[in-house]
Parts: sequence; structure tokens; C-alpha cells
Amino acid sequence: MIELRSIHKQFGTVKALQGVNLRVRPGSIHGIIGENGAGKSTLMKILTGFISRTSGTITFDGREISLKTPEEARSLGIGMLYQEPLDFPQLSVLDNFMAAAADGNPARQQQVLARLCEKFGFELKPKACQEKLTVGERQQVELMRLIRDKCKVLILDEPTTGISQEQQELLFEALKKLRDEGTAIILVSHKLAEIHSLCDRVTVLRHGKQAGEQERPFDEKGLLQAMFDTLPTKSSRPAQKKIGRPILRMDTVSTKAGRVGLHQVNVTINEGEMVGLAGLDGSGQSVFLQIAYGLLEPEQGRVSTPVAEKDVVMRVFLPADRLREGLIAGLTIREHHLLAGKSPFFLTAASGRTTAEQAINTYSIHGTPATTAERLSGGNQQRLLLSLIPEEARLILLEHPTRGLDVQSGQWTWQHLRAHLPENGAIVFASPDIEDIMEQAARVLVFFNGRILLDRPTDQTSYREVSLAITGRV
Amino acid sequence: MEISIAVLSAGIAASAAPLLLAALGETLTEKAGIINLSLDGTILLSAMTGFVIAARFDSLPAGFAAAAATGMLSSLVLVIISIYLGQSQVAVGFALTFLCRDLAYFLGAPFARTAGPQLSISPIPLLADLPFVGPILFHHSLVVYSSFLALPLAWFFIYHTPQGLILRCVGENPEGCWARGIRPRIVQAAYTLIGGALVGLAGAAFSLAIKPGWGRPQGCEGIGWIALALVIFGGWHPLRVALGAYLFGFLQMLGILLQDVFPTIPAQIFQVAPFPLMIFTLVLIHLGRNSKGKKLLLLRLLSGNAPGSLGKNYRQV
Repeated sequence: MIELRSIHKQFGTVKALQGVNLRVRPGSIHGIIGENGAGKSTLMKILTGFISRTSGTITFDGREISLKTPEEARSLGIGMLYQEPLDFPQLSVLDNFMAAAADGNPARQQQVLARLCEKFGFELKPKACQEKLTVGERQQVELMRLIRDKCKVLILDEPTTGISQEQQELLFEALKKLRDEGTAIILVSHKLAEIHSLCDRVTVLRHGKQAGEQERPFDEKGLLQAMFDTLPTKSSRPAQKKIGRPILRMDTVSTKAGRVGLHQVNVTINEGEMVGLAGLDGSGQSVFLQIAYGLLEPEQGRVSTPVAEKDVVMRVFLPADRLREGLIAGLTIREHHLLAGKSPFFLTAASGRTTAEQAINTYSIHGTPATTAERLSGGNQQRLLLSLIPEEARLILLEHPTRGLDVQSGQWTWQHLRAHLPENGAIVFASPDIEDIMEQAARVLVFFNGRILLDRPTDQTSYREVSLAITGRV
Repeated sequence: MEISIAVLSAGIAASAAPLLLAALGETLTEKAGIINLSLDGTILLSAMTGFVIAARFDSLPAGFAAAAATGMLSSLVLVIISIYLGQSQVAVGFALTFLCRDLAYFLGAPFARTAGPQLSISPIPLLADLPFVGPILFHHSLVVYSSFLALPLAWFFIYHTPQGLILRCVGENPEGCWARGIRPRIVQAAYTLIGGALVGLAGAAFSLAIKPGWGRPQGCEGIGWIALALVIFGGWHPLRVALGAYLFGFLQMLGILLQDVFPTIPAQIFQVAPFPLMIFTLVLIHLGRNSKGKKLLLLRLLSGNAPGSLGKNYRQV
């Protein structure tokens, strides 16, 4: 049994954790739930020694432990699956599996890997380069490594972010097996559905403090109340806007780019439409968006904007990796607005300040004009990106618009997008979450293996039909 | 003038030996994610200490040991200031290379053009008498033999031992290593020091074997920069780095030979020619590597990526 008592953590002047208690029994799955920035990841990193705590005690099987380094955590059998896999992309799967293993014999390790893969139903090629793997597969490699090291306390930080439905099912099966074998599992999440399907007990964190604890069966309303100051309201599907002229047309567009490419895609997007792209990660949605935006040239076929004979259709693209592809990590909010707008010839400390302040107010970004993008939380990064979209934009393309956002930020993003759907424009977004698409979009395109298998208004199809199409069955 | 391939090859193997040692040392350091730009100055400084100590104590082993220690000492500056105090590796490396160079000329001035010991050729019995292969591989000084040994050892160590795997992991993603219970900064410090020792040996290889003696210029100036370039163009792979070192040796030998063929061309041109030729060749290789479509087998063998966290200081939370 592992027990944390009144854990405090301070980063400079920011109090990330204020007296959190946690007790996890072996053979159980304990959920940690809370908004972004509630202190979940910090608490877990303290438990693995990755960062050190400011104060508080940790006991393991009744013995007090210092837990100042991951080395110590590892020798005790505490292991963690980080949200962004902390692996070695240029090395092979086997090398990643073997790194820092007690037994460095490649042949034996390969056997161990094969045996574990078989046990959990994973398919991993030991010689493949880690870089070529999906996030879900990289996670599997990490999980196998922790299991090999006889991990007694297994921590998973938002493990279902960016992985496919099938991979999620495999992961959950694996976790149940491990629990039955006596592992203490801690699952960090902000998705209530995951907590419901897996956890025996759950602790709610809010603003670095413990806001509640529940045994199964959970009372959903109580959990939500503990998580948020104000309850997020579920929005109903927006009224269908008037459909106008075609704004973007793809004629038999094909390319080999991406993991599966794109084959013979014929699509017309019309003014006033909100289109959701469904499909397993890497089934062609990203390539579709990149071609629509003009980042990629199709190898065959034609992309046209029929509506625009003289005037140009202004497009914007918000990629999934916000900090790396969408924003510039080290630039401030003010500088982002200077870059996006018309900037004066000489820049002074005051230039762009008012625009930035306006954006901060209207988009409720938690920061000042001088805050750099990398110091904003995921939700605020998304708000900053949305605030940078010029008013003239007519085709707004988004990849995973709510990735890594908590429920409130996610709701805010959807409301904002719907409110700003231009009269003479359209919004196209890709999302791994079928529910989001069914709720928000007026039309759904389902991608499978680089083809569009289903193209239908969302009120003429069902969750079941879409989820079947995602796996290739129509 | 008749020149046999065997004699030419033997010359290349000998003249490339110090370059190879230095480049392998830097490869080890950079595999751990640390750039040591001080190579050129360090080679010169350790060439000087190696020569002076060997002359003073009339002992070649003492000279080589002193040179290796000098290399380690120089890289210790980088270890402390960059790895542990978090300052820019590039800035520290640059400052260090010029500091070492000036220190070498200043401290070594009294010993310039003085007599000193020199490593002799020690042919390996029986093997040296083999036709063709004998003179190329087995009729050299100990420096050249050790360069022959260092190459496969470095390759095997990096790619086929658990320690080598940790080395590659640290250069790739120190955070991931920290999470696995490895202390990345200790690993980085260790390989910076080991790399420094090899660079130091390269310095002594010049002043005690390949270009014996000490003076200003010593004759090894510029080699450190070539070694740095070789590591990059060799894609951080010891075998490809070695290929580059031998290519440079070949160009140097070619310069000497062509000087006899074209006596009217000023000798300086042939002395300098290997450097631009080397850059030209490496650019050609690099262009080939980046071109789309089918790649030649040789070019495919030469491709390689930089360690993921090369040049970035790792900060422990």
C-alpha cells in the first residue's frame, strides 16, 4: 500500500499542490480526476521522484520513503506512463524496451517482449524504429517495459489521449489483468467515462487541493461538482445554418503522403457548413486538412474554390500540436498578435499591447500580454490560437480542436467556433471523439485507410453507423 | 615516380590515425548529447604537454598519459560550466579552443624546436611480412595500431553493449533516461571526459609520432575542426566517421604526390588543398543523401541523424 500525506509543491511563487493526501491499495485502480492545471500530473511526478516535493511524507508498505529520484522509485517498483511518452524516437522498439534494463541481453529481451506482447494482445515489431510508431504503440512499448520491471505501483497520466479506440480497449484489458495480478494502478484522467469503466476509487483535485473522494459506485453529479466551480452545461446540437454556395471542392484527389495516403477523394464543402472528420488516428484526416489548407499538393486530382472567382478564400489551419506547429513557444501573447496582424515599422514595448489585452479579455485567456505561449495551459493555448484567426477567414480547418482540454475549455471552444462560423464560410474539424462530431457538426465524413467511407448529415446517421464506418464496415 | 597502392594505403592509415582518434572521441561525446567545440585547441595543447613531458622524463608513455590528462582537463571545463552550470556548450567550446591554443603556444615556447623522443615503427612479427596487407596494416607505430583497435571497439561499444545503449539514450532524450532511473548528467560528464582523453591522445599522436616535435606551427592546426566536421557528416556513426578520416588522409597524401607531379604550382596550394576538397566531398555526399528518389547504396549507408538532444543542456527539475 502506498500512502501520500499532506503533499505540498511550490514552483517559484505558484502553489501547485497544497496538502494532498492519497492512499492506493494493491489490486485496485485508483482514479485521479480534475481539470487541467489541477495538479494531477505534478502529484504523479512527485510519486515517481521525477520532481521533488516541497513537503509531505510518503510511505510504502508502512515504511517511510524519501522518493527524491526516479532511481529510488524504480527500485521500489513505482513506474509511470507519461502523457507524452518519454522514449527514444530514433532507436528501435527493442532498444527502447531494453534501455536501462537490468538484463542487457538483446536475444533474451526480445523473447520477453514477444511473450508480453502475446499476453496483452499487442503487435510490436522489435526492429521497427520507435519514430514510426503511433502514440498508442509507443505507449505499449513503455507499458511492456514497466511490466517487465515488475512494477508494483503503475501510474498512467491521461493514457487515452491520442490513441485509437482499439488501442484503448487493449490498454483497458491490460490494466484489468494487471489489477487482478495485484498491481496498484493510478489512472489520471479528465474523462468521467474512463473513471466509470475502470476505477474502484477516485480522488478529485481542484486548484492543487483535494476536492473529494469516492468509492465505486460513483455519483457523477458529485464528482462534477467537486471538479468545477460551475457545472459545465451540455450543449445541444446547433441549429443548421443556411447552406450556401460551394466553398471548397476536391475532385478525385489522391496522394501518398501520410501513413495511408488519400485515395480518390471527391468532396464539396459548402458555405455555412460545420463538417466533422471522423476516423482512427492517421486514416487520412490530417492529410485531407493539409491539402485543403494548401500545405500539401495532391499528387492527382484538383482542389478548387468555386465560390471565389476574384476574391480569395482566406483559410486558417489550427494543427493538433498547438505548441509546436500552431504557436511559437517562446513568443508572448503580444508578439503573437503582432506577427498575425499588421505590425508597425518599429516595435516598441507598447506595440500590439492593446490588441493583446483585448484578445485576453474577449477570449478569457489566463495570462498577460507578456506571457509566453509555452507557459499557457492547453486550453489557453487553444484560446490564443482562436484569437489569432482573422475576421476575414472563410475556411477554418482544425485538427483535434479539444485535444488535451478539460471539459470546460472544450465546451468553450465549441461554443466559440459555432458562434463564429462565418456566413460565407465553413468550419472543418477532425476529431477522434465521435460524440463530439455527432454533437457539434452538421455533417460527418468518415475516413478509413485514406478513403472517405461515409459522408452524411449528422441527423441522418447514428453513433453506431459512424463507429462501424471508422473500422471499415459500412 | 612509381608509387604502389600498398605504400599509399599505409601512408593514409598513418596520417589519418590521430584524426581518427579525435573524431571517435568527439563521436562518443556527441552521442551523449554534448558538443565539445574545443577540439582544435585541445589537440594543440595536449600535443605540447605530451611532447614536453615525454622529453623532460624521456618517457613516451608518460607523454601520452600527460596528453590524455590534458584532454580530460580541458573537457572538464566544459563539464563544469555547461553540463553542471547550464551555460551554452557552443560559447564555452569556442572560448576554450582559443584559450587552449594560446596556452599551448605560450607555455610551449621554451620547448619549440628542441629535441625529443619519437615513437618508432614497431612491425608486428610475421604479419608485417605478408605481401600487400603487411605494409598497410602491420608496419606502423603503436599510435596507428591503437587507432585500428579503437574503431571497432567504439562501434561495438556504442551499438552492442547495454552501456552503449544508455549512452545513445542519454543523447536522444535525457528526460526519458531520468525517468528510467539513469542520471543523465553523470553519463554526459563521463563521455565528455572520455572523449577529451581520446582527443588528448590524438594530440600526442601528432607531437610524438606523426609530426614529431613541437613548434609554432606544430602542423596539427585545423585538424580539430576537420574532426568536428567528420562527426557531423559521418552521421554520428563511428564507421562512417572513420571513412571520412581516411578520405581526408587520402587527400593529404594526394597533395604530397601531386606536388612532385606539378612542380610549378606553389607548394602551399597542395598543403591547403585537402581542406576545401574535404568540404567539397562532404557537401557532395550530403547532397546525395538529401536528394529524393532512389539512393545509391553507399549514400544510404552514410545517412544518419543527430542525437535528439545534441547541444541542449539538460536541466534536472
